[in-house]
Amino acid sequence: MAKPKVAFYWCASCGGCEEAIIDLNEKILEVADLINIVFWPCAMDFKYADVRKMADQEIDACFINGAIRTDEQLEMAKLLRKKSKMVISFGACSHLGGIPGLANFYDKHSIFDVSYKAACPSIENPENIVPETKVKVPEGELTLPAFHNTVKSLDQVVTVDYYIPGCSPAPYLTLEAIHKILANDLPAKGSVLAPDKSLCDVCSRNDTKPEKLMLDEINRISLVDADPEKCFLAQGIICMGPVTRAGCRKEGDGRCITVNMPCRGCYGAPNNVKDVGGKMVSALASILGVENEEDYDEEKITKLMDQIVDPAGTFYRFSLPVSMLHRTRSEKQI
Amino acid sequence: MKRFEPKIVCFLCKWCTYAGADLAGTSRLKYPANGIVIKTLCSSRIDSEHILHAFARGSDGIFIGGCHPGDCHYQTGNYKTKRRIVLLKRVLEQMGINPDRLRLEWISASEGNKFARQMTDFTEQIRALGPIPKYDRKEDISNG
Repeated sequence: MAKPKVAFYWCASCGGCEEAIIDLNEKILEVADLINIVFWPCAMDFKYADVRKMADQEIDACFINGAIRTDEQLEMAKLLRKKSKMVISFGACSHLGGIPGLANFYDKHSIFDVSYKAACPSIENPENIVPETKVKVPEGELTLPAFHNTVKSLDQVVTVDYYIPGCSPAPYLTLEAIHKILANDLPAKGSVLAPDKSLCDVCSRNDTKPEKLMLDEINRISLVDADPEKCFLAQGIICMGPVTRAGCRKEGDGRCITVNMPCRGCYGAPNNVKDVGGKMVSALASILGVENEEDYDEEKITKLMDQIVDPAGTFYRFSLPVSMLHRTRSEKQI
Repeated sequence: MKRFEPKIVCFLCKWCTYAGADLAGTSRLKYPANGIVIKTLCSSRIDSEHILHAFARGSDGIFIGGCHPGDCHYQTGNYKTKRRIVLLKRVLEQMGINPDRLRLEWISASEGNKFARQMTDFTEQIRALGPIPKYDRKEDISNG
């Protein structure tokens, strides 16, 4: 049997997902023996034209990382979808929108203002030139892909068959997924190839969690010395564990938890959570200010919630584009 | 021009506000018919997800009615609701949705008048705010 053809592509991402494939270490040689890499612009010399020349569905499995932000990424996602039997969304950005998705708190124009105009103190741009899709120069016309107003996850622009979550995906999950593809032993389409449990479910700090979690203040990880063994929430530090999928390490605690950092939610929600932010609001509000709760008036509750700096940015750190509201709206002025 | 008729989803606690709304009806009190009522066992049964879902699907305002503090059928449910709504309003504000579109009121089973008054007031407030700002995924792509 011919080796399965595999492609890798990156959209709006940091390159960490490519690194995650390299992180397979010596196992990558084993993988390279089993598959035939037909397209991987980050690591090997291929051109878009090579992909265009392929027959439809010629690629057996295509791993796409990164969110969709520009026309180029949109076009490549659509092209690769057409040329591939299976599209795997690889990493938090293509799965959830990821860190680039936080741009959905702003719009295209304010992003350009900050990046290219006076709002950016380190830039001198008296003519207020911003990137255009077409510009005439003496030598001819230059083009750039259009910049979208909203960052999207991969499945918001093409059909995705499977998801490998994480920022970046744990190498063991990637390897398991490749072996599952080779053995044709895959779950139902649309599945996330990671356990359907919350991180708290597998966390060893569970034993230190009191019977009833009750907080009266919020601490920030940067301002306190966190106890290396105690549940973060019990210490008043916001940890996204309750609403985040487990699987960032094969066994034991999550990757961040092991190094005494609270979970930030890069694995996205388990299947039964539809909106990470909504669930986190409910979870936090249920454990904050529980003691003598009947004494809390509007002012006291407001003070309590003031301690949570940037709630939407914290709860939707990796998942704003796939949240129920997708992006910020603008109310009409009255 | 036709007057804007807001779509309002009302989540009412079965023990107090729903009974209060019933009383408003049996007392033949008049109030705008913009609210669509969903009966829940307790105001704390309403997850933030439900509220976000309703906003995402085009609800212009959301009204939550629960028992007065100390009156919760499940002892402390309404205290949780109160804290949840305060925090959720902050998230809504960051998402560019006017937090006034979400209102929480304590209305007991005997306060049919208060329910009618609140519904009138809230409907007028949302009417003034106008339709909820929408996000059109398709338009966003074609405009670049």
